[in-house]
Amino acid sequence: MLHTINVLVENEFGVLARVAGLFSGRGFNIESLSVAETLDPKVSVMTIVTRGDDQVLEQITKQLNKLVCVIKVMDLVGKEYVAREMVLIKVAAKPETRAEILSIADIFRGKVVDVSPKSYTIEVTGDEEKIKAFLELLKPMGIKEMARTGRVALMRG
Amino acid sequence: MKKTGAQILLECLKREGVEVIFNYPGGAILPVNDELSRWDFKMILVRHEQGAVHAADGYARASGKAGVCIVTSGPGATNTVTGLATAFMDSVPVVVITGQVSTPLIGNDAFQEADIVGITRPCTKYNYLVTDVRDLATIVREAFYIAGSGRPGPVLVDLPKDIASGVTEFKYPQEVHIRGYQPTLDGHMQQIKRALNLMLKAHRPVIYAGGGVITAGAAQELTKIAEMLNIPVTTTLMGLGGFPGTHPLSLGMLGMHGTYRANMAVTDCDLLLAVGARFDDRVTGKIDAFAPKAEKIHIDIDPTSISKNVRVDVPIVGDCKRILSKMFALLQEEKGLDEHQRSLGPWHEQIEKWKNTHRLTYHQDEVIKPQYVIERIYEMTKGEAVITTEVGQNQMWTAQYYLFDHPRTLLTSGGLGTMGYGFPAAIGAQVAFPERTVIDIAGDGSIQMNIQELATAVQYKLPVKVAILNNGYLGMVRQWQELFYERRYSMTHIGNISPDFVKLAEAYGAMGLRATRPDEVVPVIREALRTPLPVLMDFVVEPEEGVYPMVPAGEAIDRMLLV
Repeated sequence: MLHTINVLVENEFGVLARVAGLFSGRGFNIESLSVAETLDPKVSVMTIVTRGDDQVLEQITKQLNKLVCVIKVMDLVGKEYVAREMVLIKVAAKPETRAEILSIADIFRGKVVDVSPKSYTIEVTGDEEKIKAFLELLKPMGIKEMARTGRVALMRG
Repeated sequence: MKKTGAQILLECLKREGVEVIFNYPGGAILPVNDELSRWDFKMILVRHEQGAVHAADGYARASGKAGVCIVTSGPGATNTVTGLATAFMDSVPVVVITGQVSTPLIGNDAFQEADIVGITRPCTKYNYLVTDVRDLATIVREAFYIAGSGRPGPVLVDLPKDIASGVTEFKYPQEVHIRGYQPTLDGHMQQIKRALNLMLKAHRPVIYAGGGVITAGAAQELTKIAEMLNIPVTTTLMGLGGFPGTHPLSLGMLGMHGTYRANMAVTDCDLLLAVGARFDDRVTGKIDAFAPKAEKIHIDIDPTSISKNVRVDVPIVGDCKRILSKMFALLQEEKGLDEHQRSLGPWHEQIEKWKNTHRLTYHQDEVIKPQYVIERIYEMTKGEAVITTEVGQNQMWTAQYYLFDHPRTLLTSGGLGTMGYGFPAAIGAQVAFPERTVIDIAGDGSIQMNIQELATAVQYKLPVKVAILNNGYLGMVRQWQELFYERRYSMTHIGNISPDFVKLAEAYGAMGLRATRPDEVVPVIREALRTPLPVLMDFVVEPEEGVYPMVPAGEAIDRMLLV
């Protein structure tokens, strides 16, 4: 089962290596990982998407908590939360497809962030499903390049 | 007052109560070594940095205080890795200070540069690279706090040369606060009561005690509770001495080379109280068949140890000593304990039967048996020596035949299984207790892994004794080859090319003694115990003696190969 875990860590060098090393050393899996500073510049938040049964997840959260540089661990599974990813897609734009690309982007509330004679670069934010659907629709037009963030998440309320 | 980094470091070590430093100098650590010449620490110059860490580890295990080493950068630092991993697996408080190239050179592949913080991240409890001399005092304070508290472990502080010679205003941090590190010490009261209820209802209870009992200083509390409830106690290798080996309730060690009665009792028990133990694979064997009928209570200070391998019914996170004390207090209010104790009669009868079915045994004929040597050492030291071991058969026979009554008297690499640990660890223990008898029980293979420390023992007049059970083989590996690889002794025969250990000892300025017949064993031990020198005792023993009982790896622990 997929779990999204938010981990508050000290914003110091080497912290990412400690967390990543914990996952690799113990054979835990990382589906995606994103790190950014919080409002407090001394603290960063890592959003880690991982997979495993209850016992594995129990170990993952306990092991994370055990790291000296980890301040707090929150497994969001079973809780109300919102999660988003962002993707930047450079899609081939030919005269006959330009209009269609724009209307698809519009339906997905995407934003065109760069235009050239041969391509559009579109920014889309959403959950995994939405981004997947968007990519499926654009595929026939010819996706030239893509950059995608990991998941970020917050508890509701 | 302004001080250099080196001065701050040593001032902080003083304030932590450090008395002994195991040291090997080198270029990047020179500012610290230079400053050390002006201080009154007891300095021990080892002959290899691995020896330094094992010695600091032995010092820590024997004394309960953090062991400290100072080494240089690059190879000096990488040589500490095995020592750190050993201390990490066995939860030993060790603080290692490594020199590092100056900060502008870091990352430039400078001479004797190694990313030791990166290398040791997975085998230390925590580690630091000091990048600003103003942080140094806080870092050293935190390093000792982290090493010694919670589940103890090694901490490494990497100190670049320019930081060691840099100058700043010295302010000693009075308090340590690390927001991401707050070990749970007091067990949850509700859980403790639940555990006690189960213990009072059990008909076939067993206590399974590990090294955490010794680390927490909870040996007395454990004994009191076992006696009050009349519960038999088995210990892990690391737990030996945490419960008296000669106590009527002692089952001896459990697991791969555990006693028959311990393994049978654990397999048949209806309640298992695990204290400061971590259900290691060498203990559990096949996990589904480990204490399959038992409700399980697990007391441990490390939450990650609980339900890692074996699901438990009542987890209690906290310090063993505090939790057992609370249990004891609750038990004192309990009525009807006598009746409860009597109700365990059939269980004790069953255990007595197991005990008499297969006792630990060997047959002493005209060739010296290694078990015989250990029994004689046990008798002649009255069980009061500090014993270290190497790893393999020597270690298992020691665990079986030397009955440890006191905590901190067996120092052995249980988790990592580090050959070459015992001798430097014995040096560390001897430094901690100059008046005590310290004996390393070794094999002819493992003693050669850190033999260079003989020079250290001789230089500092440390009367460490080494009993080499010389069977000419890397014995435990040979035993596995005998049992599981159709006696193909690939790369395990070393007998024809080992040095003459007596001459070797003499070459170093130590004493060498040899016994080749059973009647020479006692005189050799007597002579060794009498001399103030370090001694290598070379016992030429039965080459193909095996350690039994033995549970083949991955089997259930009641499926033992007996002699």
